[in-house]
Amino acid sequence: MHTQCVIIGAGHSGLAMSQCLKECSVDHVVLERGEVANSWKQERWDSLRLLTPNWQTRLPGFAYSGKDPHGYMTMPELTRFLQQYADHISAPLQLNTNVTAVNATADGYEVVSDRGIWYCDSLVMASGNCNIANIPRVAESAPQSIHMLTPSQYRNPDQLEHAGVLVIGASATGLQLAEEIHRSGRPVTLCVGEHVRLPRTYRGRDIQWWMDKLGLLDERFDEIDDINRGRNLPSPQLIGTPARRNLDLNRLVVQGVDLRGRLAGFNDGKAQFSGSLVNTCELADLKMSRLLTRIDEYARENNLEAQLPVARRYPATRVDAAAPLLMDLQKNNIKTILWATGYRPDHSWLNLPVFDHKGRIRHHGGVVDYPGMYLLGAPLLRRRKSSFIHGAEDDARDLSRHLASYLGSQKNCVDANVAA
Amino acid sequence: MNDLNTAVNNGVNVEALLGARAALTEAPAAAAFKWLASCEWINGTHSRSTVQQFFGLGEDQNHRSEFTFDTDHPQIFASEDNGATPVELVLVGLAGCLSAGVAAVAQRRGIQLNSVRANLEAGMDIQGILGIDSDVRNGFDGIKVHFEIDADATADDIRALVAQSQKRSAVFDIVTNPTNVSVTVSENH
Repeated sequence: MHTQCVIIGAGHSGLAMSQCLKECSVDHVVLERGEVANSWKQERWDSLRLLTPNWQTRLPGFAYSGKDPHGYMTMPELTRFLQQYADHISAPLQLNTNVTAVNATADGYEVVSDRGIWYCDSLVMASGNCNIANIPRVAESAPQSIHMLTPSQYRNPDQLEHAGVLVIGASATGLQLAEEIHRSGRPVTLCVGEHVRLPRTYRGRDIQWWMDKLGLLDERFDEIDDINRGRNLPSPQLIGTPARRNLDLNRLVVQGVDLRGRLAGFNDGKAQFSGSLVNTCELADLKMSRLLTRIDEYARENNLEAQLPVARRYPATRVDAAAPLLMDLQKNNIKTILWATGYRPDHSWLNLPVFDHKGRIRHHGGVVDYPGMYLLGAPLLRRRKSSFIHGAEDDARDLSRHLASYLGSQKNCVDANVAA
Repeated sequence: MNDLNTAVNNGVNVEALLGARAALTEAPAAAAFKWLASCEWINGTHSRSTVQQFFGLGEDQNHRSEFTFDTDHPQIFASEDNGATPVELVLVGLAGCLSAGVAAVAQRRGIQLNSVRANLEAGMDIQGILGIDSDVRNGFDGIKVHFEIDADATADDIRALVAQSQKRSAVFDIVTNPTNVSVTVSENH
């Protein structure tokens, strides 16, 4: 089979790209290993909701239209939303089609799947950024008796033995799961490395609303001082709940979660923690404080003060400066370690020389360092919002134009914004 | 915002550091450094350590001259006190590393430093090294570093300098995280 473009993955990025390519009259197919929104459906824990509010959840030519614009979608709701979108745009889907290899041909690509081979002139990789949960090498020296799992395998606390749990990582995932597991009666110790602290709301507005107003979400990859650092930041400590509540380390401490420094290693049945906990929390507090100061300045400059509640800052993270550096796992009845240490994409099927020395795809704003190849959905791919659902639109539009131009058919692109 | 504010001078060549960072990102092998020290026992608890050569950017490098450090113990340990104790040199290393970091980060952020002073304090229960109580560790039970910084910046900006300096400090990492140490002895014939 031949087509102008193969999109791999029918998540929000792949579907957005499909719509944008349609606007450019680029003939294409979307290959999906499972169903629409497969990762959201199959590889997330039960209680997860989006970190972005519903009013922000939109894709090219489609937006949330329900009754709860300030709510946060559950995974079944998001899956339905993406399925509705796929139907709405009549995406040319090939479901249950697992890509096993992508090879270069003389004039394009060969995409090998368990449902046949596609030949194409261009390729869009939208297969997700969270395919594989990272487990750091230090895990190899953990005691054999400990049960280890990753957020990809975790669904709810009932999976875990009724005993202590060591949660590694202080991103949104680490904090959400630490709280949920601790509340289930399994005492949690949380290892805290570098993290990003953000309040859910500030001065009555969702933090995403403020970041949107400040233009932070639209900051471009080529305007950011240290793009590598930006692309590797852990996800901010947020949770989407109907109560729009905060999730931070102070809240966990009040509930009885024990905080420790970054996990440094295991030795003789003991976990060793870094002595840098105070500083990692100080860094995150200072960074949050700088953002809130910017928000206050914005509110002042734009005469919003009158309609906003008075600025009330959140307390500094309360850290035990003498938190123990060692923990005997057996004596402390720790039976489980949950590695909330980030994810990475799986591009193991890609047989092309496009990887850097750390195994990451070399690209410039999603334009891969190989003719006619594009990447979507990676953090800070083209903008700060690139990793959010609504970030797919601008990225897909930019890259679809680039792709159409590569195919020599950009003149066919109908700019939806102009045409509408 | 002007990150490379040329009006600010803390004596740190940030352009050179950023150039090195960019070059080493392209050629990670050149970033593999080895630091060397040698130590000669003199007498009693008195030793003299020397540093001069190191390895980096793919080849042997040398300090401008050889530096020597005498270590000993004070007279209350029945020693001759010919130099700082080794544990004090650990504090010296940490202080030097954090202070250098403060200067570099300040330069990068366009903050003029007027004075930077660090006072360090480390507690130690010497029952550990004397073998009196095996529950007491040999090393410090904690290190406190207190900075007094006079700079043309807000209090929060100064706190952020110090925090960032810790984040990028080699010695801070060495003292806050475990490091494998292998000690070998030559065969003696």
